[in-house]
Amino acid sequence: MKLLRWTPLALALLAGAGTASAQDKPDPNLARNLAATCAGCHGTGGRTVPGSAVEPLAGADSAVLMQKLRDFRSGARPATIMHQISKGYTEAQLELIAAYFAARK
Amino acid sequence: MTNRRDFLKRSLMAGGAATLPGLSGCALGTRPGGHVVVVGGGFGGATVAKYLRMWSDRGVAVTLVERNPRFISCPISNLVISGDKTLADITLGYDGLRNTWGVTVLQDEALAIDPAGRTLRLASGGTLRYDRLVLSPGVDFQFDQVPGLESEAAQRAILHAWKAGAQTVALRKQLEDMRDGGVYALTIPKAPYRCPPGPYERACLVADYLKKTKPKSKVLVLDANDEIVSKKALFTKAFEQYKGILEYRPGSELREVDAGSRTARLDFDTVRADVLNVVPPHRAGDIAARAGLKLINDRWVDIDWLSFESVSTPGVHVIGDAIFPAPTMPKSGHMANQHAKVAAAAILNLLAGQAPAPNPVVMNTCYSFVDSKNVIHVASVHQYDAEKKVVMPVPGAGGVSAAANELEGAYALSWAKNIWADMLT
Ligand code: HEC
Repeated sequence: MKLLRWTPLALALLAGAGTASAQDKPDPNLARNLAATCAGCHGTGGRTVPGSAVEPLAGADSAVLMQKLRDFRSGARPATIMHQISKGYTEAQLELIAAYFAARK
Repeated sequence: MTNRRDFLKRSLMAGGAATLPGLSGCALGTRPGGHVVVVGGGFGGATVAKYLRMWSDRGVAVTLVERNPRFISCPISNLVISGDKTLADITLGYDGLRNTWGVTVLQDEALAIDPAGRTLRLASGGTLRYDRLVLSPGVDFQFDQVPGLESEAAQRAILHAWKAGAQTVALRKQLEDMRDGGVYALTIPKAPYRCPPGPYERACLVADYLKKTKPKSKVLVLDANDEIVSKKALFTKAFEQYKGILEYRPGSELREVDAGSRTARLDFDTVRADVLNVVPPHRAGDIAARAGLKLINDRWVDIDWLSFESVSTPGVHVIGDAIFPAPTMPKSGHMANQHAKVAAAAILNLLAGQAPAPNPVVMNTCYSFVDSKNVIHVASVHQYDAEKKVVMPVPGAGGVSAAANELEGAYALSWAKNIWADMLT
């Protein structure tokens, strides 16, 4: 099997083509990539280590997750840090993240 | 002498990654294949190795080159210095990466890169061929910027303990051996440096230890910066908790040390300490400079924020403390873990013939202990700005703790365990 090798020229062409197509069709990995920003505290794929004081998110109902995130944003749900983190994402990004964790086993 | 590792290296060199077991069943088509070599097994490198395997369904072969046999965490290491934790508590192995994720982990040192030939030369004599290389080398110290600290003997007497491991234990020992009534002095370099709140956390934790066991002692914080660099109001408050023990002196840049007498000469002052702890200025890990990557300020690697690829050297991605940071972005383990995920996603796209995703997001949290139980945090979220071509902090998001509290003490320890698992298991 021949390995893929990228020359700078091929890369430049690729980057140009890719940018155009990225605007055309949605990125299939967007939810995965966004949810990965939460894993430092909530564990890979939303699965925490045993005994974690931070709750796991994997397999939770997405509407419930979304409501909690909205309540963090509004201040209705008390928090040490989630009120500050949740405000860094758009509503649409949080929807994607909630759906991604809900789909984890 | 030939052992399995040498054999593996030679086969990687001679036959390319196609001879690796991870690739033998690789399907042609959309699933990316190829061989990614990662240099450095810290928060950035270990995470990128795992996520490349996980997100490619083990389609991409990954070799991790790390000089240490085990990972020792810098975050939480200040609790080892204060005696609240042991080195074993912050030490983890690479077995999870090997056994669960099929990463080839080599205990070796990266010597030189040939970007045109896409090879990496190792200290053991082997050479690795890569399709993409990720450097996560952390920092190396600029000892030459601190006259008196150039020699190894001086560096044994005046510790940095700014990389966790033997130095962490040695600094703990120096503090244990210090007499009651002694002076512990900590010098902080000008920002940017690794772990902005780290020195202030260390000052608090050492003061906490001395207050409990040697109350006549003093902690002197000699800061080259004009004010506390991170969580200023909260650390100012914490310092009040140690009134009579801890003294903070801003604008105190270190000019010279004398290792024999443990003396620090500052701009306007000379301090003699019983334990002198110098965090020297630092820069991107040596391999980055040796590889001829474009640096900013001759210190930090200039990268493309969509892919973390070096702007000067195609095929070489750099993550973690070694990069020139985006506006307000700290050099932290948490942030390196986030860089790693953006880089992993971009590399998988590139290996599959697609452009990196156009909208990366990263976030940071640094928890700091102000005593053995109470913790404060700083958090931020950074989204890509297509016009500025860099990730920018989201206004109105992030922030700091209202006050130091025990609940966040529990969250901080959970954070450590979850992020260690996120990178290593
Ligand atoms: C720095 C650590 C950290 C990160 C990163 C983090 N969280 Fe949290 N999360 C917490 C903590 C701590 C709590 C408990 C509430 C609090 O004190 O803020 C929490 C609570 C939650 C809860 C409520 C859990 C429950 O059932 O009570 C949800 C939902 C949540 N986080 C979602 C997220 C999402 C989504 C992300 C990523 C966008 C994220 N978190 C990133 C630390 C974190």
